[in-house]
Amino acid sequence: MSDAPPAVLKTVARPPKPSALSNALTFGWRAMLKFRHVPEQLFDLVMTPIMFTLLFTFVFGGALAGSTSDYLQFFLPGILVQTVVFNAVYSGMGLSTDLGKGLFDRFRSLPIWPLAPFAGLMVGDILRHLIAASIILTIGLLLGYRPEMGLPGVLGAFAFLVAIGFGMGWIFIVLGLLISTPTTVMTLGFTFLFPLVFASNIMVDPATMPDWLRAFVDVNPVSLMTTAIRGLMNGGGSWGDVGLALIAPALITAALAPVTLALYRRR
Amino acid sequence: MSHISSFSPRNSGTAAIDARGLVKHFGDVTAVAGIDLLVPKGMIFAILGPNGAGKTTLMRMLATLARPDSGTASVMGHDLVSEPDAVRGAIAMTGQFASLDEDLTGRENLILLARLWGFKGRHARERADDLLAAFDLAAAAAKQVKAYSGGMRRRLDIAASLIVTPGVLFLDEPTTGLDPTARKDVWRMIRELALSGVTILLTTQYLEEADQLAARIAVIDKGRKIAEGTSRELKAQTGSGFVHVSLADASRRAAAAAVLEKELGVEIQQSAEGAELSAMAGSAEAANRALAALIAQGIELTDFSMGQPSLDEVFFALTGEKSRDAEEERMSA
Ligand SMILES: Nc1ncnc2c1ncn2[C@@H]1O[C@H](COP(=O)(O)OP(=O)(O)OP(=O)(O)O)[C@@H](O)[C@H]1O
Ligand SMILES: [Mg+2]
Repeated sequence: MSDAPPAVLKTVARPPKPSALSNALTFGWRAMLKFRHVPEQLFDLVMTPIMFTLLFTFVFGGALAGSTSDYLQFFLPGILVQTVVFNAVYSGMGLSTDLGKGLFDRFRSLPIWPLAPFAGLMVGDILRHLIAASIILTIGLLLGYRPEMGLPGVLGAFAFLVAIGFGMGWIFIVLGLLISTPTTVMTLGFTFLFPLVFASNIMVDPATMPDWLRAFVDVNPVSLMTTAIRGLMNGGGSWGDVGLALIAPALITAALAPVTLALYRRR
Repeated sequence: MSHISSFSPRNSGTAAIDARGLVKHFGDVTAVAGIDLLVPKGMIFAILGPNGAGKTTLMRMLATLARPDSGTASVMGHDLVSEPDAVRGAIAMTGQFASLDEDLTGRENLILLARLWGFKGRHARERADDLLAAFDLAAAAAKQVKAYSGGMRRRLDIAASLIVTPGVLFLDEPTTGLDPTARKDVWRMIRELALSGVTILLTTQYLEEADQLAARIAVIDKGRKIAEGTSRELKAQTGSGFVHVSLADASRRAAAAAVLEKELGVEIQQSAEGAELSAMAGSAEAANRALAALIAQGIELTDFSMGQPSLDEVFFALTGEKSRDAEEERMSA
C-alpha cells in the first residue's frame, strides 16, 4: 500500500451513458458469474426434483398408474413445472440477501436503468430454469421417459417453462423486496406454494379426489400449467391449454412489475 | 446549535453540498430533525456523532437513497429530489456496511461496476486493474470477496466508489472496525483523493479521525447539528482537553475532587472505583495549577495525563449532557 503513488488515483471521467439493455446484460453477466462461483446453488435446485422423480416413480408409480414407466410418462412434465415454480423462491431469497447486505444501495446510487438489476435476476432465473429442467429431463430419459412430440415438443415445453418462471418470479421478487430475512422469504414462499403444487394434477389424476378439492385442483394455475406442458411434450393437448396456462403468469407480471419498481424506488 | 463559525459562503457555485433543513422520520423516530449543511468543493468535511445520531440517514438522503421528508438540498449543483439521476452521476458512496458481492472476486466486482458506468470490454477490465493496483489489492484480485479481511473489503469498497472520479465521495464510517494500520492506510487514501480535487463527506464516531482528516466538522446528536467548525474551534469550545488523575489512595477522592473543582471551576467526573478523576481544563496552565495544588495538599498521584478531548467530552462540553453511549456504559458498568 505504502508505495502506491497518488498518481494512480488519477481523475477518470465518466464514459458515455450506457443503454438500458447494456445495464441489464451486465447484471445478466453477474448472474452467470454466480453460477461459476456458487455451483452448489444448482445442486439445491435439482436435488429435490430428482428425489421426487425417483421416489414417486418407483414407490408410488406402480400403484398410481399400473406401471412405473406409465407413471414416469405422466409425472415427468409435471415435475418440470414444480421445479420452475420452486426455483422462483430461491431467486426471491437471493434478492433479499443482496438487499440486506447493502449491495443494492450501491446499485441504487448509480445512474443506471432502475429495473436493470431485476432484469439481471430474471436472466439468472431463466438460466437456472433451463439448466435444472435439462438435468431432470436427462434423468427422465435415462429412466425411460419418451416425449411423444419429439424435439419440437421439448423445445416448446422449455419455452413455456421460461414463460411461467418469468411470471412466477415477480411474486418472489416482491417478497424479497418486502421481507428482509431470506429464510422468511423461503418459509413464506413454500407455505404458499406447497398447497398449489400438491393440490394439483402433477402427481396424481384428480379423478379420485373429493369434489370440493377437485373444484380447486381444476382451476389451480399449477394444474393448468401441467396440463399444457403434458400436451406439449406427450401430445394430446391444444394451444388453448397453453393459452389458459399463461393467463396467471401474464396477470402476475402485469400486476407486480409496477409494484416491483415502486418498492425499489421507495426511499 | 452553537454559532462558532465565521465561514458561511452561501454561494452555491462553490458548494459541493448545500442542504437546508433536511428532515427524515422513520415512523415515530425522527432520525434527522432539520439539518443544514454547506460543504465547499474540494473539502474534507466530517460529520461526527454517536450511534443513532442520524449520520447514516443524513448521508443516505444526500446520496439519493432516502427521500427527505422536508428540506431541500443540492449536490454538485443538482437538486436531490428533482434531478436524482444527475446527482447519482456526480457522486459515489461507500456505505457503513460493505456493498460488495461476496460471491464474486474483487476484480469482478470492479468490472461489474465499471460496465454499469459505461466502460466497455477491455476498458472496464483496465479500470478494474488500475484500481486494484492503487489499493494494493492486485494479489487478491482473483479471490472471492468473502475471503477478504475487513481492511481489504473496506479498500475494495472505496475503490468501487472511484470507478469514475466522483464530484462528491460519501464515506460512512470508513474506518470503523479497522486495525490502526488499516485505518492509517484509509486515511492516506482519503487525503490523496482530496488532493486530486474530490469533495469528501465522511462520518465518524472518533474525534481523532475528524481531527486528522477534516477541514471542518459538524457535530450531530439526536438528529440535530449541535456544533460546526474547524477542529480548533470545536476544541476551543471544549476546553483544551481533559486532565485525568489517578490517586494512590482512593479514600482521598473527596479531597482531590474539591481541589480540582476549586482550581478548574468545572464539574469533576469520577470513575466507579473512585481512584480516578477527570475534569475539563480550560488551558494547559489551569491544568498545571490544578496538579500543583493537589501535590501541595499532599495528595499522591500514581498517574496523570492530559488528553485531547474525546467525543464524549466534546459532547459533554457542547450539550452539558453525557452522550448516550457514555450513559449506557455507565449504566451497564
Ligand atoms: N430504515 C430505518 N427504519 C427505522 N428506523 C431507522 C432506519 N434507519 C435509521 N433509523 C433510526 O434512525 C436513527 C438514526 O439512525 P442512523 O443510522 O442514521 O444513525 P447513525 O448516526 O448512522 O448511527 P451509527 O453510528 O450507529 O451508524 C436511529 O434511531 C435509527 O434507529
Ligand atoms: Mg450509521
